[in-house]
Amino acid sequence: MFKQEIDFLGKRKLALIFSSLLLVMSIVSLALNGLKLGIDFTGGTLVEVGYDQAADLSALRASLDEAGFADATVQNFGTAKDVLIRIKPDENLSSSELSTQVLEAINKNVADPAELRRVEFVGPQVGDDLAEDGGLALLYSVFGILIYVAWRFEYKFSLGSVAALVHDVIITLGVFSAFAMEFDLTVLAAILAVIGYSLNDTIVVYDRIRENFRKLRKGDSEQIMNASLNQTLNRTLMTSLTTALVLLALAFLGGEIIHNFALALLIGVVIGTYSSIYVASPVVLALGISKDDLMIPEKEGVDIDEMP
Amino acid sequence: MQNRFPIWKNTLILIVLLIGIIYALPNLFGNDPSVQLSSSTVTPLEQTQANEVEASIKSAGLAVKSFEFADGRILARFKNTDDQLKAADMLRDKMGNDVTVALNLAPATPAWLSALGAEPMYLGLDLRGGVHFLLEVDMKAAIKQAEERYNNDIRSALRAAKVRYRSVSNEEGAIKVVLRNADDKLAALDLMAKDFRNLDVVESEEGFEFNATIGENELREIKKFALAQNITTLRNRVNEIGVAEPVIQQQGDNRIVVQLPGVQDTTRAKEILGTTATLEYRLVDVEHDVAKAVQGRVPVGSRLYYEKNGNPILLKRRVIVTGDQIVDASSGLDQNGSAAVFITLNGVGAKKMGKMTQANIGKPMAVVFIEYKTETRVVNGEKVRHKVKEEKVISVATIRDAFSKRFQTTGLDSTQEARTLALLLRAGALAAPVDIVEERTVGPSLGQDNIDKGMMSVVVGLLLVLVFMGVYYKVFGLVANVALAFNLVAIVALLSLLQATLTLPGIAGIVLTVGMAVDANVLIFERIKEEIRVGNTPQSSIYTGYEKAFVTILDANITTLLVALVLFGFGTGPIKGFAVTLSIGILTSMFTAIMGTRMLINWLYGNRRVEKLSI
Repeated sequence: MFKQEIDFLGKRKLALIFSSLLLVMSIVSLALNGLKLGIDFTGGTLVEVGYDQAADLSALRASLDEAGFADATVQNFGTAKDVLIRIKPDENLSSSELSTQVLEAINKNVADPAELRRVEFVGPQVGDDLAEDGGLALLYSVFGILIYVAWRFEYKFSLGSVAALVHDVIITLGVFSAFAMEFDLTVLAAILAVIGYSLNDTIVVYDRIRENFRKLRKGDSEQIMNASLNQTLNRTLMTSLTTALVLLALAFLGGEIIHNFALALLIGVVIGTYSSIYVASPVVLALGISKDDLMIPEKEGVDIDEMP
Repeated sequence: MQNRFPIWKNTLILIVLLIGIIYALPNLFGNDPSVQLSSSTVTPLEQTQANEVEASIKSAGLAVKSFEFADGRILARFKNTDDQLKAADMLRDKMGNDVTVALNLAPATPAWLSALGAEPMYLGLDLRGGVHFLLEVDMKAAIKQAEERYNNDIRSALRAAKVRYRSVSNEEGAIKVVLRNADDKLAALDLMAKDFRNLDVVESEEGFEFNATIGENELREIKKFALAQNITTLRNRVNEIGVAEPVIQQQGDNRIVVQLPGVQDTTRAKEILGTTATLEYRLVDVEHDVAKAVQGRVPVGSRLYYEKNGNPILLKRRVIVTGDQIVDASSGLDQNGSAAVFITLNGVGAKKMGKMTQANIGKPMAVVFIEYKTETRVVNGEKVRHKVKEEKVISVATIRDAFSKRFQTTGLDSTQEARTLALLLRAGALAAPVDIVEERTVGPSLGQDNIDKGMMSVVVGLLLVLVFMGVYYKVFGLVANVALAFNLVAIVALLSLLQATLTLPGIAGIVLTVGMAVDANVLIFERIKEEIRVGNTPQSSIYTGYEKAFVTILDANITTLLVALVLFGFGTGPIKGFAVTLSIGILTSMFTAIMGTRMLINWLYGNRRVEKLSI
């Protein structure tokens, strides 16, 4: 399908500039705008209701105002009939009765009462814990990967793979920050899945590089790595394409709640595919990988060890 | 180079396939709307009651699908939710308070499948609707209670040892004991070392005083106990609401998850979870006539109570001990081999109990169970909430001899009754207050919506992949598609077998696994193509392709599995749901994409002359 021998690594300076640009932009956006954190992290009350007809948002706002929820945000959710009401966490009103009060307020004096679709109340404390747990999970997975890849391949590869996935995670977060998309628990799950996916891609490429280093006698490191990237290119594109197909279906048909999840994964898959070619391998090259690093060590003393 | 699996390998794959299909099958049958009746008292339901229920459902003309009675519980399945709701309302009125009537969705799994242990997947609340509460136990309050208890115990121990003290007070995490002179201090310290080993004693330089603090181990025990007791209490209360399949689980060191599928009325649920209950021990008034009291002439110093069976009984107004003085309770057999409950009181309670029983040997004593409930009633069109106190005499027993700290309550009808009483004594009240820190409710319509949309997106995504693979890899692509379809069956089978909970992010996890499964096949097929390109024969290309791709697939999947396991270990809620399906999916996809496709390819091309591969 694809005519091979593309000089990927020859353009690594260009890729470096491109990646750095994206990273800087992401970090700047994260620093300035931050993430639009969902209720899972901020705490607060979220009420989703459904109406038989298109909802009158201004009337809803008025009745919430009257009930004392002045800072509530009211917006349509997916369709004109579905409404999402968000109330900021209030330290004086930590009680979960808040959600009941909200529902009572909007159903007071209304001919077409709202059908409750979901209510979420999360205390601010829980949000902090979640962010902490999520961060820890991220850290531990990175650590686990470092060890596993260093053991199966070589430490230069483990640094390369971690560089690639940190790259992917920061840029995905950057996109969410730049476009002010809501970052909730499902998106966090998606980010963690991006790690899995990006890693999967990177490992496949590394596997081929290792194989070629051991097999090919001619060529320098750059040529061998280029050849490996070319050999795995078909697979990289095929897999990304099929995964993207499923994710597209999920993003557009999976419903509003899962939409951001699918979007995060989609962004991650695109960036992950790019990084497995243009970030993971150049890092290993920059660290000065050589054939000697990947030679299968001669097993001295094996005979003795295996004696019972 | 034959490309042939040995018979045992083919058989193994086919057996796994068969098992997969069997355990995935129950999910096709769906659920029956049903009503479940169980006893809310000690005695299980009986066959006569079951017959009665069956008859009344039939006479009401409701379309009952089947009727089951087992283990003292009745399950009536209905053809539609209308009849289910009607039946539940009718039975609630008819059966009274001693029978809990719960709405349920009973799996419609055929008997032969159930016999094999095959049940459908358990759907998370985001898919079936219901309430989820995350409760946090107020550990500070639990520790404070423990300090109060120790304070009392130290006082009575000092008094018992005739050591005079100036004061025993609770101060910022320590119990401060002030004595009169050096001798008393020595005696007190002796006592502390002997009887209060759980406390760390720090002597103060000035004056005759010392501080006692609860030690690390004891603190841990207190927290553990508070959590465990609260879980037991909550479980009892949730059973009261009549929710089928509730989840009550510990999360972390001080949190409890309560999930009530199908419950929409969060106000009612909150009321019940927040209910407090306690116990009182009172002497029975035997001098006066109960019958006169029932008519309204209650003697001074006594009160009229009712027993479980509805019989009136007169009890003394003065309380001997209350439930918060009970430290522990367990059930067992007394020296005569009849059922008994063993109770441990704290210092104050023990002293009071000792005095009262000493003076009343041979007289009956009663245990009163008191519950404070918050009820919402509609008065003049407005909802009014008020506390209701419910009192019930749960046991009456004769005092055989004086007892103090530890004693037993006998005269119970059965060991089961003893167990229940012990449970009530332990779990009647929450050990420490709880706060609701998280509450999520998903309406039934949204739950159904989530399932429909989730399934729809998975099916469409899958179809796109199937078409794509078939067009691009031709025969090999079709083989991969068969494996992919079986991969889904295997995931569903494993989820059902493990009774893992399927959530919305879980569905997303399945989608990602589809990607992983495709990836494995793409890796293999691209290798085979490469081999053909360099001029190898079809047979050897297949062989080498699988050989070489295997290492790559293994490395890639193990790293992803590593991530999934970390997510499972650290994540909660949706992240955990995602991690479960992802880990299961990775394992099944490795099996189906490597072994499954290989078997099919071998059947198609192996062991014969092949000129060209359709790839």
